[in-house]
Amino acid sequence: MRKYVPKDNVQGKAYYTDRFWVSPRVPRSEVENEHFAAVVKALGADVTESYVELGQLVLHIDPTNNFKVMKTLKEECGYTQCSEQSAVDYLARDNEFELFWQLLNVTEAKRIRVVCRLANGAAIESIEPLYKSANFAEREMFDMFGIKVNNHPFLKRILMPDDWEGHPLLKTYPLQGDEFASWYEVDKIFGKEYRDIIGPENRDPAKVDIKDTKRFSRVGYEVPFGAEYSEEEQAIEYSETALVNYNKKESKQLDERR
Amino acid sequence: MAQHQVNYASSAGLPIALTSVDKLVNWGRSNSLWPLTYGLACCAIEMMASGASRYDFDRMGTIFRASPRQADVMILAGTLSKKHAEFARRLYDQMTEPKWVISMGSCANTGGMFNTYATVQGVDRIIPVDIYLPGCAPRPETLQYAMMMLQKKIRRESSDMKKNTKQDLTTQTGKRARLI
Amino acid sequence: MQVSNKLTPFFENLNFERDDNTMVINFGPQHPSAHGQLRLVLELDGEQVVKAYPDIGYLHRGIEKMAENMTYNEFLPTTDRLDYIASTSNNYAYSLAVEKLLGIEAPRRAQVIRTMLLELNRIISHLFFVATHALDVGAMSVFLYAFREREFAMDLMEDYCGARLTHSAVRIGGVPLDLPEGWLENAAAFCDKVDYEVKNTYEALLTKNRIWKMRLEDVGVISAEDALSWGCSGVMLRGSGVKWDIRKEEPYELYPELDFDIPTSDRCDSYGRYKLYMEEMRQSTRIIRQLIPMYKETEPQLMAHAPQYISAPKEEIMTQNYALMQHFVLVTQGMRPPKGEVYVPTESPKGELGFYIKSEGEPYAYRLKCRAPSFFHTGLLQKLLVGVYIADVVTIIGTTNIVFGEVDR
Repeated sequence: MRKYVPKDNVQGKAYYTDRFWVSPRVPRSEVENEHFAAVVKALGADVTESYVELGQLVLHIDPTNNFKVMKTLKEECGYTQCSEQSAVDYLARDNEFELFWQLLNVTEAKRIRVVCRLANGAAIESIEPLYKSANFAEREMFDMFGIKVNNHPFLKRILMPDDWEGHPLLKTYPLQGDEFASWYEVDKIFGKEYRDIIGPENRDPAKVDIKDTKRFSRVGYEVPFGAEYSEEEQAIEYSETALVNYNKKESKQLDERR
Repeated sequence: MAQHQVNYASSAGLPIALTSVDKLVNWGRSNSLWPLTYGLACCAIEMMASGASRYDFDRMGTIFRASPRQADVMILAGTLSKKHAEFARRLYDQMTEPKWVISMGSCANTGGMFNTYATVQGVDRIIPVDIYLPGCAPRPETLQYAMMMLQKKIRRESSDMKKNTKQDLTTQTGKRARLI
Repeated sequence: MQVSNKLTPFFENLNFERDDNTMVINFGPQHPSAHGQLRLVLELDGEQVVKAYPDIGYLHRGIEKMAENMTYNEFLPTTDRLDYIASTSNNYAYSLAVEKLLGIEAPRRAQVIRTMLLELNRIISHLFFVATHALDVGAMSVFLYAFREREFAMDLMEDYCGARLTHSAVRIGGVPLDLPEGWLENAAAFCDKVDYEVKNTYEALLTKNRIWKMRLEDVGVISAEDALSWGCSGVMLRGSGVKWDIRKEEPYELYPELDFDIPTSDRCDSYGRYKLYMEEMRQSTRIIRQLIPMYKETEPQLMAHAPQYISAPKEEIMTQNYALMQHFVLVTQGMRPPKGEVYVPTESPKGELGFYIKSEGEPYAYRLKCRAPSFFHTGLLQKLLVGVYIADVVTIIGTTNIVFGEVDR
């Protein structure tokens, strides 16, 4: 029987796993800075957890409140730019996505990360009316993870082709692509019949095909370019003019010494 | 190389009669190769650098043309993603004969370091390639060397278009096909 | 004649002649306006653009997914290919993010070298901007002059790390190599050359040029709130009057100790941004000149001393046994950073380049997101291109300074 390979996370694993290793955590501290304390106060009950990590305030919220929280942050606390927005796939562990928004306050030079946990299959409200950068960022989140966004003006695939199947950044999606991905360009351009003619992709970077005489030539068994590969050893022909003859008996120095 | 055996008596001695015409035509074609600007990723920057002041590409008679109908050579510089593959093939089809293809950089040759779901593992899956140019990114001098190799290859060709076979694709299944 | 194959003959879903007499054209993924693979579907009313829809993803290579399958050190050369015009800035942004996650700091000499490389990359990127922007607008000789300067800069980078374009010159924990002999003198000579050329070639040819001014003034106007809302950063923000530069506001590396100005412009249009790029090149040379004497006062330590995460210097690996063992383990297993997440923004030549890394204590990152400035600038094109003429479309794409390695990742 083959070894059990869990299919809910097919990303590569490190070669050596250490059962006894306990990871330290990135240090978190309490909210002490007055600006951050004011922000937490302005949000009130919407924030389930808040702490400061590496100089940035992190707020955990409920996914249903995200528009309200962002509106407060934008209008009252002055966080006018949403720098970054994406998701982390925790479907294997908790059947949830962890979404985060990274906000910037230009006048105070402070950053906030708003984090929420979204159940599998749930949709999130778009913050595009507040921060226009969400237009592309939410489309990318949808394309890569399949997280639907409500009230987005144009929710369509952005990085993958429009007829792509599958959401690439999910942990269940293999790095080298599934069946659909590996034949995509052949099907699109030439049609399914050409799958046999063109052949599958060569994903092995070290592949050496011994019968390929157009890309490789085996020393001692050389054949003309593109000919059939042969099993007979070819005699190595050395060039008479280019090589030095080490078997020459006479040498100027020896003569003089004699 | 003994690979192009010329049967001197075939076609009423036409191969011999046409050798000087061949030479003239090939001289014309090889010394004024007009590339199609097809820079996709990082290799495009090196292609631009090779066309710029220090490594001048114009001295080989190349003028970068934007339209495929006016170009002879397609230099695929950079990673070809699966979304783009369709358009690369379309542009290749739109180029008029005689046409050649230089695949520049590891990403175009074999998919390069991007062994992922969205990269075509080698441009030669969809387009027949004449010269493969390794590097990541290859130096501009390497690109010019590749162009010179292509010029040598062109000078070996015969001017009878039907004779110039493009790359045969023999796959593991042993089926042969010509991607023209 | 086009060989018939299975391709659909026309672009799907587009009617080329519509009822309201607007024409839809496709500014395809391959076009000579040297910026890479941008497909813009423009709806035109005569010559004016009514609606613009940028279609990206033609260079999507799955870099973020690759990061989930490689150790942190293995991933570093892949970050080179994001903003491939100024590779060291991506390497640096990634290394800084990992270093913040690990809680280590690079030694002084490494900081000096890194800051010099960052500013050199800024000059390289701005020269490329001037070259391609001018080429698109029509001033073709500026392209050749700027590439001449760029070749000198790439010579400097090649002397240092061996590669012209994809450097990998900055590693997690410091830099791998020390500066070669004579690099500092060459760098000083290069700074003088750039200063001279910026003043006497690029500015002399372009700044007061009537055609340049007519093509660039009042083109691509964006107000400050719109710029902030659309996620702009870098010169796009500073060109609209917002005084925001991460090097001054959230400083990293040696920037707190250096003396330089941040130019801002109230013009909000392409001409203001062009002037900002020229001025930033001058500030970069000023920074490099301050760093050159600082190099001699530093101790020769190039990588941080954190044996749990970073390998020892090569001399020790080759001679000491424990260093060799630790290096072997770090290369084959990969280092295990603490659990947690980090987002670190840096000021790359294009804008705010940030890496969000979420680690679960494994040698492979659990999630890596690259915040690319060009991604949001391309989104901004939906707004900037409305109401301008076709000739201005090319100018606007040039002034946003987008590079598609970053946009598509």
